[in-house]
Amino acid sequence: MTRKQKRLSVIAGGLGFLAVAVGLTFYALGQKASYFYMPADLANVTLEPGQRIRLGGLVEKGTIVRDQGTEVEFSVTDTERSVKVAYSGILPDLFREEQGVITEGSFGPDGVFVADSVLAKHDENYMPKEVADSLKAKGVWQEETQ
Amino acid sequence: MVEIGHFALVLAFALALVQSVVPLVGARTSNSRMMAVAEPVSMAGFGLVLLAFAVLTVSYAQSDFSVANVWENSHSLKPFIYKITGTWGNHEGSMLLWVLILTFFGALVALFGGNLPATLRATVISVQGWIGAAFLLFILATSNPFARLTPAPIEGRDLNPILQDIGLAIHPPLLYLGYVGFSVCFSFAVAALIDGRIDASWARWVRPWTLAAWSFLTGGIAMGSYWAYYELGWGGFWFWDPVENASFMPWLAGTALLHSAIVMEKRSALKIWTLLLAILTFSLSLLGTFLVRSGVLTSVHAFATDPSRGVFILCILTVFIGGSLALFALRAPSLTAGGLFQPISREGALVLNNLFLTTATATVLVGTLYPLVVEALTGDKISVGAPFFNLTFGPLMIPLLVLVPFGPLLAWKRGDVLAAAQRLMTAFAGTLLAVLATMLFIDGATVLAALGIGLATWLVLGALTDLALKAGFGSASPGTMLRRLTGLPLSMFGTALAHLGLGLTTLGLVGVLSFESEHILTMKPGETTEISGYVLRFDEIAPVQGPNFTESRAKFSLLDAAGKPYGEIVSSKRFYPVRQMPTTEAGIKTMGLSQLYVSLGDETADGSLVVRIWWKPLVTLIWGGTLAMMAGGAVSLFDRRLRVGAPARRRREAIEPAAAS
Repeated sequence: MTRKQKRLSVIAGGLGFLAVAVGLTFYALGQKASYFYMPADLANVTLEPGQRIRLGGLVEKGTIVRDQGTEVEFSVTDTERSVKVAYSGILPDLFREEQGVITEGSFGPDGVFVADSVLAKHDENYMPKEVADSLKAKGVWQEETQ
Repeated sequence: MVEIGHFALVLAFALALVQSVVPLVGARTSNSRMMAVAEPVSMAGFGLVLLAFAVLTVSYAQSDFSVANVWENSHSLKPFIYKITGTWGNHEGSMLLWVLILTFFGALVALFGGNLPATLRATVISVQGWIGAAFLLFILATSNPFARLTPAPIEGRDLNPILQDIGLAIHPPLLYLGYVGFSVCFSFAVAALIDGRIDASWARWVRPWTLAAWSFLTGGIAMGSYWAYYELGWGGFWFWDPVENASFMPWLAGTALLHSAIVMEKRSALKIWTLLLAILTFSLSLLGTFLVRSGVLTSVHAFATDPSRGVFILCILTVFIGGSLALFALRAPSLTAGGLFQPISREGALVLNNLFLTTATATVLVGTLYPLVVEALTGDKISVGAPFFNLTFGPLMIPLLVLVPFGPLLAWKRGDVLAAAQRLMTAFAGTLLAVLATMLFIDGATVLAALGIGLATWLVLGALTDLALKAGFGSASPGTMLRRLTGLPLSMFGTALAHLGLGLTTLGLVGVLSFESEHILTMKPGETTEISGYVLRFDEIAPVQGPNFTESRAKFSLLDAAGKPYGEIVSSKRFYPVRQMPTTEAGIKTMGLSQLYVSLGDETADGSLVVRIWWKPLVTLIWGGTLAMMAGGAVSLFDRRLRVGAPARRRREAIEPAAAS
């Protein structure tokens, strides 16, 4: 091979490699990115059965129900609508009534959102950004006063 | 008192401006008196920032709540060590630490840069001055740690309890030493572009800096991961969270830089590429600082943030990344291209390494920023989590890991894959054996798990093969082998150690991901449960009063299968009244390389306790491996050839390049 051919083949190899990586990335983004919704948004979207989403909002007051075991049920609300969430496991330390949370999972056939992860934050003044933005958009956001 | 600190910072900013301009003008106009300004100014700048940092630390130690920053993040009852570490456990203090480390590195260049060409040294210190000036202005304008409160409050608001931990005391300084260490590589790259040439001393300087920064960053990431593992009570060690990715991207790019810098130093090839990588690596560090400090991305690790700061850092980011890349586009074509090599050679292997690592960096970058882009374009909110990264990052890393043992066995310039493969036969046989043993002897092992174990074994044996071959194992007498081993340059041990560490980390990851078992159950005192051949008995739960928290402490006894006591595990839930925050203190028992992890949940209606128990096989290897990688970096750094103060030896090697390969 001449030097030019050699260089071309190296460049072609590199580009092919990159093309595979780019293809993989796009495929993964299409498949694996999960959308974030507030309870009120759910009226406007159609979800495929079993589609993973993130559901965010406030933990509605007085809805946390713990059974004898590790099952917990609570409702996530954006003050407009609320959605019942079932979760099995240990909740984050900062999980509390009227605190912002993000839950991730999918809807079961009975319309209950089955979460496999529940995120609250590391900081007691912190509200998940998506939740804060959506609450601000709905005009129910209250600045933290100290 | 703290006004001294504030004043010192303002002064340091003024000096940084001088440092940004005067030496650079001197270098451009060949004015040696102007260039000579660089050293004293950068050292004085470091002294001033150190003074400011010391003043802030003293305010924390004395719990001076008239300082707003201390009031917000400290408490008089807090243990003394966390009063000190609280200095950088908050936004303002951690930015001050960032700048302290930046000026420290600038001062080091000034101190040890005696054998650099004068114009290069002056330009490098100038570029460091730009970065310093930008971040000092950022601190003074948006994040002043020295603001006062009048009247002074009696008591502080305490540090976020999950930061009151020794892991988080060490994590930020290590991480910043890494992040900011790459600023030196960046400054060298920009200086080379301004100068319009890259010479031998450039390469010799960049490699040790890359090694040092990379080692620190490795340690910082590992420490952060271990902290998240034991402090958050979820038993997870990596979440592909934006804030974690922010530190991981510079690490990946830095790893690529580390390898391409070898090619550049040894063969003076890949010069322009190395330069670009140096710029990109520090750009990713800046991006990381921006992502963490601005809170634009939803992260499980996010703390309350302030958007105006985000905009400021975004401006710094744009100027530095945009500026340096524009300079690169402008000047790179005029730089001389380096040496040639065959595709199959040590250089070729390192290029392949770079191709994989930079592509992996790009996928992490896309996954991290994609939600931002989608939200800006469509308003949809999406999250990209572990499934995305497992699907993209994983397939990119696995072939790279398979290829790692080949690299060091290929010759420079023109290599022979078949010969390398032959020499790796023993390692390959060992790998097959490990795969078979996993399939046969471990219950519930999937094919994937066995292959994972095989991959890890392959990496470990490959690293050992490299050393064994260099010592002449099998052909030479033990005495000769020992002599050859002691005669090897330290950087070869460094390479082997780092690759070995990579194998160990892989083994730990495979162990946990494939063989972990998890039990969630409710327990009452006296009840037992069985996990992985051990019996865990819940003995009692009792309240304990800590210095600035109250604690429900649960005691568990660990019994072996025969019922004999084996050990004790204490796991607790703490409540910090000042912040009204609960935290989980997981109980961890290390057994061999594995750990039993017990984390407490809430009490249920009938008074029993939700307990989450994990058996995490080989988990300690994840961090053990990173320690080996760090050690590998450190060992290479002490290689005589890389030591910056050894000019005599360097000259000799320039004549005998063969001795260095």
